[in-house]
Amino acid sequence: MFNAITHSQIYVLDQDEALDFYVGKLGLEVAADVDMGFMRWLAVSVPGHPERQILLERPGAPAMLEETAEQVRELVTKGVMGGWLIFTTPDCRKTYETLLSQGVEFTEEPTERPYGIDCGLRDPFGNRIRFTQPKG
Amino acid sequence: MGTVSRAAEETNRRMLRARDAMDRDYARPLDVPALARIAHVSEAHFARTFRATFGETPHRYLQRRRVERAMFLLRETDRSVTDICFDVGFGSPGTFSRTFRDIVGRSPRAYRKEAVAASVPTCFTMSWTRPSG
Repeated sequence: MFNAITHSQIYVLDQDEALDFYVGKLGLEVAADVDMGFMRWLAVSVPGHPERQILLERPGAPAMLEETAEQVRELVTKGVMGGWLIFTTPDCRKTYETLLSQGVEFTEEPTERPYGIDCGLRDPFGNRIRFTQPKG
Repeated sequence: MGTVSRAAEETNRRMLRARDAMDRDYARPLDVPALARIAHVSEAHFARTFRATFGETPHRYLQRRRVERAMFLLRETDRSVTDICFDVGFGSPGTFSRTFRDIVGRSPRAYRKEAVAASVPTCFTMSWTRPSG
């Protein structure tokens, strides 16, 4: 059956702002940035891992009616859209300090968990992101 | 995108930022002036805007957040119910028990007896164990 996840998707409200955040601040790489006419296919990945891409999709026409897109944007900005990501890092506290100094909006400071050290943040639109330094 | 919806989205995002601050400081009394500053609304408008955004008052949200934390501590630790009551920000065991029962439908002790420890990422536990009552 399946042997990998290659693409995941989250909604962003502005793809240029998303690029600034995901690449400029979080340090991900642009895996694809293609103007397809009907949409901008914008995907990012963890450096060195192009096989796993995150599509940063802007809700809107023609994929959905503007009225529906407004509902999606409302859910994203209320933090309940459901698209979210968990990354791993070799050093949670150091990464936290680096991102904090860049103005990233954290929801939780690094905390010891049974599975390692992790913390939480939001992207500029309201999506939840966590990163974990796994135990051992 | 209309200017009205853009303004509503910005309000949502700022209220979410204030709610995240409540999530972090759940054990402290509700600091409306500080939250209103985060949300860029006047103190007088904070509760109304919060309710319009999330469908409940900040006070009720904070109660549910505290009860969610209490549920976690009841499940995962051996701390006494009284200690947990104060840990999560309630001022008296009576208020804690009443609020807990009102929201969860059982007493803290009954909940502890039935609970099973969970092991999934914290955000999910936080959202899904926050009682809706």
